[in-house]
Amino acid sequence: MDFLSYLVSGISLGSIYALIALGYTMVYGIAKMLNFAHGDIIMVGGYVIFTLCTTMGMPTPVGIIGSVLVCTILGVVIERVAYKPLRKATSLAVLITAIGVSYFLQNAALLIFGSGTKSFTSVVSIPALHLFDGALVISGETIVTIIVSVIIMVVLSLFINKTKPGRAMLAVSEDRGAAQLMGVNVNGTITLTFAIGSALAAIAGALLCSAYPALSPTTGAMPGIKAFTAAVFGGIGSIPGAMIGGILLGVIENLSKGYISTQLSDTIVFCVLIIVLLVKPTGLFGKKIDEKV
Amino acid sequence: MKMKKVIAALLALTMVALCFAACGSNSDTTGSTNGEVTLKIGGSGPLTGDYAQYGNGVKNGAQLAVDEINAAGGVNGIKLEFDLQDDEGTQEKAVNAYNALKDWGMKLSIGTVTSDACIAFQGEAARDNMFLLTPSATAVEAINGDNAFRVCFSDPNQGVASADYIADNNVAKKVAIIYDSSNSYSSGIYEKFVSEAKVKGIEVVTAQSFTADSNKDFTAQLQAVKSSGAELLFLPIYYSEASLILNQAKMAALEIKYFGCDGLDGLLTMANFDKSLAEGVMLLTPFAANATDEYTVNFVKKYTEKYGADTMNQFAADAYDAIYIIKAAMEKAGITADMSSSDICDAMKTAMTQITVDGVTGTGIHWSADGEPSKAPKAVVIKDGAYQAL
Repeated sequence: MDFLSYLVSGISLGSIYALIALGYTMVYGIAKMLNFAHGDIIMVGGYVIFTLCTTMGMPTPVGIIGSVLVCTILGVVIERVAYKPLRKATSLAVLITAIGVSYFLQNAALLIFGSGTKSFTSVVSIPALHLFDGALVISGETIVTIIVSVIIMVVLSLFINKTKPGRAMLAVSEDRGAAQLMGVNVNGTITLTFAIGSALAAIAGALLCSAYPALSPTTGAMPGIKAFTAAVFGGIGSIPGAMIGGILLGVIENLSKGYISTQLSDTIVFCVLIIVLLVKPTGLFGKKIDEKV
Repeated sequence: MKMKKVIAALLALTMVALCFAACGSNSDTTGSTNGEVTLKIGGSGPLTGDYAQYGNGVKNGAQLAVDEINAAGGVNGIKLEFDLQDDEGTQEKAVNAYNALKDWGMKLSIGTVTSDACIAFQGEAARDNMFLLTPSATAVEAINGDNAFRVCFSDPNQGVASADYIADNNVAKKVAIIYDSSNSYSSGIYEKFVSEAKVKGIEVVTAQSFTADSNKDFTAQLQAVKSSGAELLFLPIYYSEASLILNQAKMAALEIKYFGCDGLDGLLTMANFDKSLAEGVMLLTPFAANATDEYTVNFVKKYTEKYGADTMNQFAADAYDAIYIIKAAMEKAGITADMSSSDICDAMKTAMTQITVDGVTGTGIHWSADGEPSKAPKAVVIKDGAYQAL
């Protein structure tokens, strides 16, 4: 029973990592940059829901929709203001800018909302599932997290493979120059990617803060790093890779907490990452690109 | 080209001159603002970040005492000045704060608010022979030097007192523990608790840990606690993590009693915290705001009038007491404003072991030369969203 419990909470945690990792991996695939501010968008999403629902007393759906809207707009604005002017700059300059944006968001939240940890009211109201005479309890948050993540992953896969804007994203990620010559609006596609990634971050924020209801300006930092790891684990740039990588990371983390050591769980997670990268340097689902000379 | 070098040399000279000028103004510190003789007391604490409630409590509590003392004419005619810098509870920032405070002209210090930061701050202070009286750093090492004293009780003291309380009042026989292994406060209490539990015949069925980097998801630890069959969960941790544990325990339908130390103080004033989660949680604290003794009533009234009830916690009370203890020791030692900080420290060290102080957090408190106060932790239980003495 312990095993099932560890597994279920691992999948739940992993689903949140996967949602965040999708944002990392899509942006990397299309804009070839690591958007380290992605984790902090989650935190902004959390604060928007907190302000709308707890401070202003609006119903939960309004809070979630508001948070998705604010994060989408924020993601697009960040891309336009901070990253677009650097499209031709070295990748190091873009990376530093992303770290700068991350600190900017954290400190802006510190100024606006203060430093104290706020207790987040869960957006999920369905009751917990009691199985095997209460030996296995699956919380409503866990159920909703897993279901929402699966739906989002399916919809996103369909969107990318079946619709025009989705295929434009694939085209840009494969060869930006060629895509442009074929009439794909590259800048528009990049903006769309940031918008989708940030909307996913808002949903991940709502789920993360519901499952672990402590909200502070650094809430998004650690999950952001873990999700980035998940994206690399699955093969950065690959969408199925981000999903599988995220879930695997969550499960490994929770099982090692349960059976090996609660202190060493992060060490074990990163050791697995190193081993995977040694055996398969592009990650689980990463495509090997041959450099043509 | 030559011109550039000349300008550079001139600029460099100006900078050097400015440095000396700055030093010059700083060396004259115990001076006189508006003809008054003042003495500067400094300290650092987490004013932002996860433990901000502690730091802000200390800042307000100490300032309240300083204002009262100054309004009553100061100590030996000396007015006090107080500054608390933000260290976010980290060691590096505490050392930076110490250096900044020394530049500011600090002669006495209240150290830092949290244990880890205080260990670093104390190391610097011991080297300079700077007197230190921390209101709330409970780790043993936080007052290692003979210059350092504290107002609160120590970690071993809390660990032992917790185990004693649980055993003597028959609260539970099987105990599980979740503690922060990356934090000296938490692991300090944990170690003492375990050894005292053995003596008292309490069985520690499982001890789970977490680190500062993974302090959000406690589902694995709680599952282990659940499977262990413990009757009570001992939480020698800070309130922000405790709020998550209480929440996740409820989600996992874990039925268990909770017992914590002074780090849980602050739980009830956390923004939007569902107080029903903390119902029945027992904790050790030297201060309960609803106590009816004269000191507490007076302090609570003045503090809430000035700063509101949000940070009115044990830390504020400890800091308020710390300033009055410094006052008592200064009077005993006959401190004057023109003494150097090292001379003040030597005089204060002796005076601290001779005074007995009544305050908000205890009566008849006196100190041993190693800096520990004679004080026993009291247990309270959270009932209807407020502390109630046990």
